[in-house]
Amino acid sequence: MANKTSSGKAFLSGNEALARGAWEAGLKVAAAYPGTPSTEILESLAGYPELAVQWSVNEKVAFEVAYGAAVGGARSLFACKHVGLNVAMDPLMTASYAGVEAGFVVVVCDDPGMHSSQNEQDSRWVGIFSKLPVLEPSTPSEARTFVAEAFAISEKYDTPVIVRMNTRISHSKEDVKLGTRVEYAVKPLTPNMQKYVMVPKLARMRHAFIEKRLVKLQAFSEKTKLNQVELKDTSLGFITSSVSYCYLKERFPDASYLKLGFLYPFCDEKIKEFAASVKKVVVVEELDPFIEEHVKALGIKKAKFKHPSFRLGEFDPGLIGDVVAGRERNVQEIPVRPPRLCPGCPHWASFSVLKKLGLFVAGDIGCYTLGSLPPTSALHTCICMGAGVTFNEGLRLAHPKEKIVGVVGDSTFVHSGITGLINAAYNKAKGIIIILDNSTMAMTGGQPHPATGFTIRNEPTKQLDLAAMCKSCGADNVDVIDPVGNVKAMEELVTKRLNEDALSVIIAKHPCVLKKKK
Amino acid sequence: MKKQNYNITFGGIGGQGILTASELLGWAAMYDGYPVKKSEVHGMSQRGGSVESHVRFGKGVYSPLLGVGQADFLLCFHEDEYERLGHFLNKDGVDLFGWLDKARTMIDNPKALNTAMTGVLAAYLPIKDASWEKALETVFPEKLRQSNKAIFHKARNAAQTELK
Repeated sequence: MANKTSSGKAFLSGNEALARGAWEAGLKVAAAYPGTPSTEILESLAGYPELAVQWSVNEKVAFEVAYGAAVGGARSLFACKHVGLNVAMDPLMTASYAGVEAGFVVVVCDDPGMHSSQNEQDSRWVGIFSKLPVLEPSTPSEARTFVAEAFAISEKYDTPVIVRMNTRISHSKEDVKLGTRVEYAVKPLTPNMQKYVMVPKLARMRHAFIEKRLVKLQAFSEKTKLNQVELKDTSLGFITSSVSYCYLKERFPDASYLKLGFLYPFCDEKIKEFAASVKKVVVVEELDPFIEEHVKALGIKKAKFKHPSFRLGEFDPGLIGDVVAGRERNVQEIPVRPPRLCPGCPHWASFSVLKKLGLFVAGDIGCYTLGSLPPTSALHTCICMGAGVTFNEGLRLAHPKEKIVGVVGDSTFVHSGITGLINAAYNKAKGIIIILDNSTMAMTGGQPHPATGFTIRNEPTKQLDLAAMCKSCGADNVDVIDPVGNVKAMEELVTKRLNEDALSVIIAKHPCVLKKKK
Repeated sequence: MKKQNYNITFGGIGGQGILTASELLGWAAMYDGYPVKKSEVHGMSQRGGSVESHVRFGKGVYSPLLGVGQADFLLCFHEDEYERLGHFLNKDGVDLFGWLDKARTMIDNPKALNTAMTGVLAAYLPIKDASWEKALETVFPEKLRQSNKAIFHKARNAAQTELK
């Protein structure tokens, strides 16, 4: 939808608007691994044929591909959900030291309220930890304009720039103004080892550089219009950012505002000046006390903050009054219909076997995590991507005689299960890893991955052979079975492999029912 | 006094086309020149979970979400979700739940329920025909366009007749 109209206006989500803004700003290369609520950024970018856009095998790989392009002099972008950023932290921390040749933007979408995530981490802290600037749009329209600012800041200050979104902004839509694309020539490839070979001697010099960069960015933070002051009724002022601003504006239209769009480094003088110009000042932000801690550190004694119970969950127009008043969170939870495995989902068959055999099942992230819910209730751990494979090994070290298996999805196996399987073989671990292969990335909406043989644009490509891969990793046995309508054979196979002193992989292969419909 | 803004809650369960219905309204309001905001919860909705979507257009709209008691219209697509979604409706709000069974009689394919219900809603809103037409063109792919246009008009005419 994003590229249906070349100018004028379109009705776009935050993710579509951000993609549009990046395209308009001369983006050349984008990479990501799918993850709610960030997935549609790359899906939208794939609709612009002049861009190099890819689903990468995981977030670390995606970050490095996109960042490599920026080091090579092409404007590039990496997008992820909050927990995806954890996977990419290794390159991120040193990319901060090395900087860029052309603009490089890291988009991270947090998930307050955990609509579709395993934790509720607040990625704004990454700005402090990595010493990178953080921009925070409050609407889809701002997602479009802020990403262009982010590219400019990246190039001016020689730094990757973090644009922090959240579920509400990524997935809400509004009428968004559209612009035209500006082209930037890719810079010539020139070696610069002082900057891009981060060995201790050179990295020490770059560390000194980024400390100075932070000071310069703080000066920029003081003067940029991204940090917007609206002085109206000075009896009440809010220091806020992100979607909280929208909830407040509607409830308190006449109040004064300091909206932090360039969140980090903080604009200390502007914050102090604003606080001094209003009678009462309240800091309003979802999740962690990120702005709060800084305002306290600045010694602004009159500032008021939310009750700590509001460090959990999303705000909404009904709650915002309690947040401002410092009241405790009092949410009347109306039960919603829980998600479950679809009728006809091939995972039903696999989980019925695991349940019947009474196994302890180590799992991870995917549709199959729903196997933990009744009636199957046959998945017992879910921490992070790929851990179905490694938990099998760890649990067996603690309990050598228990019946333990690991399950992992086809895409999750490629994301971070392969290294775990090599580790199991290398360290002489035994047991069964079941790859629940539905031949798609079902939970995030059916994206392709290396084992499907298709790219983000549905072009055929080299297909990863999962069975051959598992053999190469060192599995003693690799069986491929269709579990649907074949539960008895599946049960016999699992029982047989469980009784062997071997490392076995069973690929339970049957396409996702939603994929068949398409 | 002319209303400043319009707030609509759509809801039901995954697979009922709720997001398409709210999408249709969003584009139509935008083509009509209104500032529009739409918000939805659809993280795991494909797995049959609850889905809700809020569309707001007109002056003074900042929040993409509606709170309890803030919706002017409620379009609930599933009996099981009615009680939960009912909380969104304001005291003078219009509940279109009574249209659900009537809308079902207007369609051959249950998948078109979303378009029929949006047609009913259209009878209550100030959005011009031309804007709805453009929105129908934008949202539906060519092979579904004519059938959805026909259902939309049929439902809107039925609601308009009843409102007279």
